[in-house]
Amino acid sequence: MSDLIQTYLPNVYKIGLWGEDGWFMATYTTLYMTIWAFLIGGLIGLLTGLFLVLTAPGGVLENKFIFQILDKVTSVFRAIPFIILLFILAPVTYFLLKTNLGPTAAIVPLSVATFAFFTRQVQVVLSELDRGVIEAAQASGATTFDLIKVYLSEGLPDLIRVSTVTLISLVGETAMAGAIGGGGIGNVAISYGYNRFNHDVTWTATLLILLIIFSIQLLGDLLTRKLSHR
Amino acid sequence: MSETIIQLDHIDITFHQKKKVIEAVKDVSVSINKGDIYGIVGYSGAGKSTLVRVINLLQIPTAGTITIGGQVTFANQEVQLSPAELRQKRQKIGMIFQHFNLMAQKTARQNVAFALRHSDLSKIERAKKVEELLDLVGLSDRADNYPAQLSGGQKQRVAIARALANDPEILISDESTSALDPKTTKQILALLQELNRKLGLTVVMITHEMQIVKDICNRVAVMQNGALIEEGSVLEIFSHPKQALTQEFIRTATGIDEALVKIEKQDIVEDLASNALLVQLKYAGHATDEPILNEIYKRFEVTANILYGNIEILDNTPVGELVVVLSGQLDALEAAQQAILEAGVALTVLKRGA
Repeated sequence: MSDLIQTYLPNVYKIGLWGEDGWFMATYTTLYMTIWAFLIGGLIGLLTGLFLVLTAPGGVLENKFIFQILDKVTSVFRAIPFIILLFILAPVTYFLLKTNLGPTAAIVPLSVATFAFFTRQVQVVLSELDRGVIEAAQASGATTFDLIKVYLSEGLPDLIRVSTVTLISLVGETAMAGAIGGGGIGNVAISYGYNRFNHDVTWTATLLILLIIFSIQLLGDLLTRKLSHR
Repeated sequence: MSETIIQLDHIDITFHQKKKVIEAVKDVSVSINKGDIYGIVGYSGAGKSTLVRVINLLQIPTAGTITIGGQVTFANQEVQLSPAELRQKRQKIGMIFQHFNLMAQKTARQNVAFALRHSDLSKIERAKKVEELLDLVGLSDRADNYPAQLSGGQKQRVAIARALANDPEILISDESTSALDPKTTKQILALLQELNRKLGLTVVMITHEMQIVKDICNRVAVMQNGALIEEGSVLEIFSHPKQALTQEFIRTATGIDEALVKIEKQDIVEDLASNALLVQLKYAGHATDEPILNEIYKRFEVTANILYGNIEILDNTPVGELVVVLSGQLDALEAAQQAILEAGVALTVLKRGA
């Protein structure tokens, strides 16, 4: 096996499995950035999306002012291309982490991008829930907190579905994080592969990313199907 | 007299939509007694749903006064209850919907239990109550099914069990049978009637089907363009409808329109003899006891050929409708018509022989 790789994919072999620049570290870095950005951005996005629906006109906590603010903030961050967001958020990243380089620094812009993306997805999922179900809960004397629980439990399968979509687009964005020294598989593909004409490296990195993405998709679909009782 | 449980006084509901003002409900006053099955009929957009939602304040009116069970819940353009009091009040007003509105991610049992989460019952008592409720609606064996695994009628039963969880005094039914087939509709209506009798539940039901009103209601209100145009006991409304819309609704319920179309195609009606009249007779109550058609034959030798007949028992009172061809001498025909009217039967001439 090792001989085969050495013969046909010489540059892939040269990078090696372990070590600072190895394939293992690159994969770990990609997953590290993806998971943290998803946890942070996803949580903020979930709350923002939820409150967008609650404060929307006709919503349970209708509030034009808060709705407009949340809506505009989300729109702005959603509109900025990620590669630009990486650079304009640099001062914020520096303020929070005292550095602008490395995978941890990349988590800040990744989280912001995820928050905006996920907020919209959550908003769509929750606002498409049957308004009648919420009304029935209200009619039975539900508190606002009860209603939030209804929103989240009724939306759960779809929230998982959009989490899958978000995670997949996030993996794509981590590849760009290489631009600020974020590392990861995307960085390997560009720095070690494309830029040095090592096409075997580029293709191997691409395959690895595809593998991660398909795994996420598979897991997401499985979970959605398992949890949906529609 | 029986006790008033729902009192709506001069309710106005106005919506503002992009500079457009929509008056959904206009100066409606309704008084519903404890134990009533009160029907509210009207076409879509008449304001029925909007109006009943003020009972549990899912809809806040623009003006008017609402009194529920002797407690003023809305007056002077303000809700008179604290949020906690409002939630408690809502627990005592069950509501069921056209599309059931069950939580798809929860089983029948969990859906019913959801309504009990703020009750004072212990966990064990709650579980027991849920079982009792599911038993009451005849769904004990489907407790662990999700709504998607239930038929429309079964879903509505779960919804009824949920609505009854906190032992409400009032049940609001918003087109609760409109999405069901005729057989299931009958079963659900029978269940509502049984609950009304067994638990003394006051039922307010919105429908666009007069047939339903006829089957189970004791009082009815007719709404048109946000206004209440006619109100009364089912017997009054069915035997003496005043408004054109009410008459229209009643005709669809009795099926007389369809019958008339068929009758008009019959030879005897198409070639109506010159000494004959096609008339429609309507009577209610005691008038049905007297053999009026028999009498006009004896007195005026006017024969009556019955082409269509329909008798309903509304509130223990028979209400009938006949379409007959009267034949006889011209003056005898006049006298017979007079005699029919004097007997308290409404008569409409549909066609004169030529």
